[in-house]
Amino acid sequence: MSDSEAVLTHAPGLQEHFATMEQQRDASTMGMWVFLITEIMFFGGMFTAYMVYRHAYPAAWAAGSEHMDFWWGTINTVVLICSSLSMAMAVRAAQTGARKALVPLLILTMALGCAFLGIKAVEYHGHWIEHQFPGPDFRFAGPDPRHVQIFFSLYWAMTGFHALHMVIGVGLVAFIAFWGWKGRYTPEYYNPVENVGLYWHFVDIVWIYLYPLLYLISHKHVM
Amino acid sequence: MATTAISVTHERENYLNKEYGVKSWLLTTDHKRIALLYLLSITFFFFIGGFFALLIRLELLTPAGDLVQADTYNKLFTMHGQVMVFFFLIPAVPAVLGNFLVPMMIGAKDLAFPRLNLLSWYLLIAGGALMLYTILTGGVDTGWTFYTPLSTAFLNTHVITAAVAIFIAGFSSILTGLNFIVTIHRMRAPGLTWSRLPLFVWANYATSIIQVLGTPVLAVTLALVGLERGLHLGIFDPQRGGDPLLFQHLFWFYSHPAVYIMILPGMGVVSEIVACFSRKRIFGYKFMALAVIGIAVLGFLVWAHHMFVAGISLYAALVFSLLSYFVAVPSAIKVFNWTATMYKGSISFATPMLYALGFIGLFTMGGLTGLFLACLGIDVHVTDTYFVVAHFHYIMVGGMVMAYMGGLHFWWPKISGRMYPENWGRLAAMIIFVGFNLTFFPQFILGYLGMPRRYWQYAPEFQVLNVLSTAGATILAVGYLLPMVYFLWSMRYGKIADANPWSAAGLEWRTPSPPPTHNFEEPPVVTWEAYNYDELKEAPGER
Amino acid sequence: MFENLPLWPTRASTTAGNVDALFIFLVTLAGIMCVLIFTMILVFAIRYRRSASPNATHIEGSNALELTWSLVPAAIFLAIFVWGAVIYFNERTPPQGATEVYTVAKQWMWKFQHLEGQREINELHVPVGRDVKMIMTSQDVIHSFYVPAFRIKQDVLPGRYTVAWFHATRPGTYHLFCAEYCGTQHSGMIGQVVVMEPAQYEAWLGGGGATGNLASTGQQIFMSLGCSTCHRMDTQGRGPNLTGVFGKPVLLEDGRTVVADEDYVRESVLNPGAKVVSGFKPIMPTFQGIVSEEQVNALIAYIKSLSQPPAGVATKPNFSPPPGETPKTQQGK
Repeated sequence: MSDSEAVLTHAPGLQEHFATMEQQRDASTMGMWVFLITEIMFFGGMFTAYMVYRHAYPAAWAAGSEHMDFWWGTINTVVLICSSLSMAMAVRAAQTGARKALVPLLILTMALGCAFLGIKAVEYHGHWIEHQFPGPDFRFAGPDPRHVQIFFSLYWAMTGFHALHMVIGVGLVAFIAFWGWKGRYTPEYYNPVENVGLYWHFVDIVWIYLYPLLYLISHKHVM
Repeated sequence: MATTAISVTHERENYLNKEYGVKSWLLTTDHKRIALLYLLSITFFFFIGGFFALLIRLELLTPAGDLVQADTYNKLFTMHGQVMVFFFLIPAVPAVLGNFLVPMMIGAKDLAFPRLNLLSWYLLIAGGALMLYTILTGGVDTGWTFYTPLSTAFLNTHVITAAVAIFIAGFSSILTGLNFIVTIHRMRAPGLTWSRLPLFVWANYATSIIQVLGTPVLAVTLALVGLERGLHLGIFDPQRGGDPLLFQHLFWFYSHPAVYIMILPGMGVVSEIVACFSRKRIFGYKFMALAVIGIAVLGFLVWAHHMFVAGISLYAALVFSLLSYFVAVPSAIKVFNWTATMYKGSISFATPMLYALGFIGLFTMGGLTGLFLACLGIDVHVTDTYFVVAHFHYIMVGGMVMAYMGGLHFWWPKISGRMYPENWGRLAAMIIFVGFNLTFFPQFILGYLGMPRRYWQYAPEFQVLNVLSTAGATILAVGYLLPMVYFLWSMRYGKIADANPWSAAGLEWRTPSPPPTHNFEEPPVVTWEAYNYDELKEAPGER
Repeated sequence: MFENLPLWPTRASTTAGNVDALFIFLVTLAGIMCVLIFTMILVFAIRYRRSASPNATHIEGSNALELTWSLVPAAIFLAIFVWGAVIYFNERTPPQGATEVYTVAKQWMWKFQHLEGQREINELHVPVGRDVKMIMTSQDVIHSFYVPAFRIKQDVLPGRYTVAWFHATRPGTYHLFCAEYCGTQHSGMIGQVVVMEPAQYEAWLGGGGATGNLASTGQQIFMSLGCSTCHRMDTQGRGPNLTGVFGKPVLLEDGRTVVADEDYVRESVLNPGAKVVSGFKPIMPTFQGIVSEEQVNALIAYIKSLSQPPAGVATKPNFSPPPGETPKTQQGK
């Protein structure tokens, strides 16, 4: 990742193969956008599988969704949106040279991200003890458990990969927070903060899609 | 003579002699050294995949299964496919020639993200190591296509390690594509507009778009296969409510564009070679550039032509057949334009040109047989037979590998500072051409006769054609071994090469051979169109 | 041609002739294109070789030429597409009244069930000159039913039915190959299709080995598994009356409408909660693991026989309707 490259050279300045800072910044930002497009394609495969099965088995999908924990899911959505807010504010702080605000905002972002992961862990535990993990121990009282099991397979896979991306995101924000604390970022050079911000917002947007598709299919909720 | 030659190269610092030692290679961020790391790696995998192919062809000398057991045979064709596709063909031109040349062709000092480039190589090695582990601990026999539920619920071989190996290698491909896209967009020398780019750069750009958009879908599909196998998910297993056709759609959504990842860079190489050895600008430059973009885009719309008999709806089949014909048009345009380039040219026949001409011929044949396969009525009969095997080998081996060999020979002086021995080069090219046709042409006939693919034993009436094919394969093997030997030989004993032994156009030829680490002392300012052969002197050795 | 070096597959079905005609056209076309391009390259290579042509003439291109050699191939491709599509459409549309043969593929053999009751393994006897429709499913992985002499191929999937049909034109014995890699003995999953003259076929049909025709076997299963307890022939059952149901649209509990085809019947037996008929409760137990694929086929044949006119029975039916019932055309409540 270019942000780590820039950080690890002696000065947070121009790398030798770039002609100007502007070129380096443009390249670095473009690189992050292209990477995010690959992430869209990655999640896209799972969204496709989701849509195919939902279209074929709407009743099973609704039944599975009723067993999602509506409240935890909603709280998590709010948590993540707040974390995107704090991340955006952190980028703004870096951009305006508000050094005192930058690191606390980044740490707040990390905290909210960890809160999200913690809540997710609680949810996962809940599903686990209800035998809602696919495999030989899967149990579902209701018609068509086979397709409800597929709903849950996709639930675990999609939220699992999302959580993995969150973990990586928290790590990246920690990295930026560390170098921000060291005074690395100035209004002239804050591109790494921006790029991590882009990544964080992207992971948030994936959740914005996951939430209604997994939690809001049915009006009824069991959990 | 030899001492003078060595002292000449020792005098001038270049990317090869700037630093010595294993660490300077394994921790390099120089795109040229990384290209050579790739060259070594993929050559290694090529010979592994080739060895499996030889065993396959030996088994097929007789109709009975008498050389290896059925399970072993199934592993051989699976791993031949996986190694050749993911560890040789996909990286070959982009990661070796593209890595080496794209920055130089655009007047840059390196790719946009040099460390990411090194990471790409390490990812290929990691994936390759896992693949080797898979091979050495018993192999995998899913077929390179991993169809479910066979791969997820019915086999007892190392499916997950193979899937993970390819998953990792996929990220190597994605990051290389990302690197090229940003590099070509942001790091062109002043004056080098898009319409002045060499077609090799256009081809790598188009390839990179496919790598970036398509490979992640393969990654998630393989991840789901691994999860299904490990955790009994059931997304693709009808016994558990899943749909095996969903796997096929997701798999082919990547794997069809993947074939364009494999061929487009080769087409770029051919454009460079044909222009140089005809001493003129490629005919229809604009159309050639648009054609590679067109192939990249249209290539994403045709995946289900691999599924005409799989159980898709009639109407889906009609749509995908029609779209498959559309993607054939830009490929045809390229063949016509290469041919037209030769018209009123001034043509010479060094080894690279022989490979390029071989490419045009064999790609034409392979591409025409693609028309047969896109045709619904014919495909029903020939899909899953040796007709398909012949078709894709004509494109991949007759096309892509020949383009790669041509490119290696063309840019060898730039890469190594040495000339390869020309007569041996021509001999090897001709041996490969003959061996190739003998190996694969009989397979078209076998396919139409009805011999299915992936068959360890076969009906006796197919034997003569199989024997011909195996004979060809042995000739082909010799043809591939020769360059290995003489390229190595040339690094020590080859004639010292000038900066521009072919008097070729292109910024890469304006650097010494081998180039210095940073390619250009000053970034060039480009004021001329690509392929300005009318301005270049003809005699070799000039500037 | 030569005994040991066949260069053309036998033609033994109506489809084969059509496919071969198109193939020959394509080979000719490809041949012409190759000759054209290779000749041009050869001619240019000689005429414009360095010694004969020391200076190249720079030609940027020609829009007219580009347009021509884009549109002309495109038009030819369109023609090929249409021709192939017509053949494919024909191949994918079994004619009405075709003789049905149920096929169950498994690692690594082909099992055939004729409606008259014959069962075959790896060998399929069919009459010449008649439409035959294969209704196929797999017990395990994906296989593919391939008869090169007929030029037909169709993947056989687990979990659903796929259909292939042919009209054999020549008596003889022809290869049957599995054409979708299916594991260890994929290349051993082969057999033969034996096409017989009608008289011989009738003789073979009557020649023992039959255990009653498929529909009556299905009826026995239907009774013995207790299906008739709920699926009564009147409106009092806890399950829908199945008379006349096959092939018609069915309204489901969730509002969707589906056609009661082979897949629907199979799913209803093995995963009844997936598509519950409107007006009924989801109380049907699953028979997954209790019935084999062959038994499901028999049940389907039986349920088809409850439709008026009888679906899929081309030869004379020799079963009697369920005692004491007159088939009524009904679709549940």
